[in-house]
Amino acid sequence: MSLATLLLLADGRLPSGGHAHSAGLEAQVSAGRVRSVADLDGFLRGKLATSALVSAAFAAAACAAPAAFAGLDAGLDARTPSPALRKASRAQGRALLRAGRAMWPVAAIGREPHQPVALGALASAAGLSPHEAAVAAAHGTITGSASAAVRLLGLDPYAVHALLARLAPECDRIAELAAARSGDPVDELPAAGAPLLDIGAEHHATWEVRLFAS
Amino acid sequence: MHPEPQHPEPQHPEPQHSEPQHLEPHEHGPDEVPHTHPDPGVDPHAPLHSGPRALRVGIGGPVGSGKTALVAALCRALGEQLRLAVVTNDIYTTEDADFLLRNGVLPAERIRAVETGCCPHTAIRDDISANLDAVEDLESSLGPLDLVLVESGGDNLTATFSKGLIDRQIFVIDVSGGDKVPRKGGPGVTTADLLVINKTDLAPLVNADLSVMERDAKARRHELPTVFLSLAEDRAAAPVADWIRGLVAAREHGREL
Repeated sequence: MSLATLLLLADGRLPSGGHAHSAGLEAQVSAGRVRSVADLDGFLRGKLATSALVSAAFAAAACAAPAAFAGLDAGLDARTPSPALRKASRAQGRALLRAGRAMWPVAAIGREPHQPVALGALASAAGLSPHEAAVAAAHGTITGSASAAVRLLGLDPYAVHALLARLAPECDRIAELAAARSGDPVDELPAAGAPLLDIGAEHHATWEVRLFAS
Repeated sequence: MHPEPQHPEPQHPEPQHSEPQHLEPHEHGPDEVPHTHPDPGVDPHAPLHSGPRALRVGIGGPVGSGKTALVAALCRALGEQLRLAVVTNDIYTTEDADFLLRNGVLPAERIRAVETGCCPHTAIRDDISANLDAVEDLESSLGPLDLVLVESGGDNLTATFSKGLIDRQIFVIDVSGGDKVPRKGGPGVTTADLLVINKTDLAPLVNADLSVMERDAKARRHELPTVFLSLAEDRAAAPVADWIRGLVAAREHGREL
């Protein structure tokens, strides 16, 4: 394992398309549910318990067995009821794959895989472990929304990073939980969902004016 | 030539076995329905267009300087002669793409809008993935193209395109922003391959001195070209269209840009 390689994979500056996505936050901000750092705390804890857990488990599973990408990809389709969120995940998977291919010899996993599948395959190609892939996935899930919150709400960036630091142990715990499941059959991998985010994503996709792609 | 920014799917060796059993319907046990497995070594998606790619020209500049109007003019001037497509990067809507559609300068299938998450400069410089995907999607759906125009969202004087995304870039400013803009410089004014100073028809109304702008642009840009334009009067952006025709011709003759 290489700690520096893991940091590279988890770095928000990796050119992998994430900057254009708020991971559901913009819809909730517009609905008035997220206005402050305290609201963001609740939103991110919810993300950790749901989409971060699912993403981390699938990233870990894809890292353990990249050749099983098709089943994992279908498993994520089944866990993503919102077509807009499926599209967003595949767009980010494609972008991540482009960045990954420039860095490591990544296995063939299709042209537009779901983001966690691409992340797992990249981690595998980089010589990282399923647990490390899970940490990168969980970390990316909350840091992406947090960065969007700074841009959307003008929140104090120090307060937001203080929140991320408080959430780091929970992020580790979720990643460990997810990694422990990486050998499970696809149908038994975590399937936690957030229906309000699914509904929000569908509304968001119809807006004429929006700042983020999702 | 700049480094090729595309990273095509790796080539896969042909399967060695003559009859790939997993592709034929089969069963594993008495309680299973017949089924097939996807071939794990073969990408099921059509390969990206692998011929020579289009010339990519980036068009950047501050909000309201006339980027979209320039793109529309270039579509009018070049649309009949060149196989052309456009990628727009609006800050928060598909307004620029809609403008091109409304004005009928290009059919819908030749226009893609990229969303930039509050950061138009990021999408053209630091993380160009969404724009590369849009360009590649246009090339794979339309077939070989001669020219792709990538219009940035309206930004500030520091916004420039990554060389991983475009071959050449145009920076558009206008006289109503004040005749001191060229003197202020910044990466857009200083380094763009072509500087366009638009809305010259407004110069008398805003007391802008075009000779000052020309002198300052020359001082900042040395040998790099600058053109003055009034898109209100020249609806085909003749000097810019000519500049692009020259690039396309040079490329066709195999000369390095």
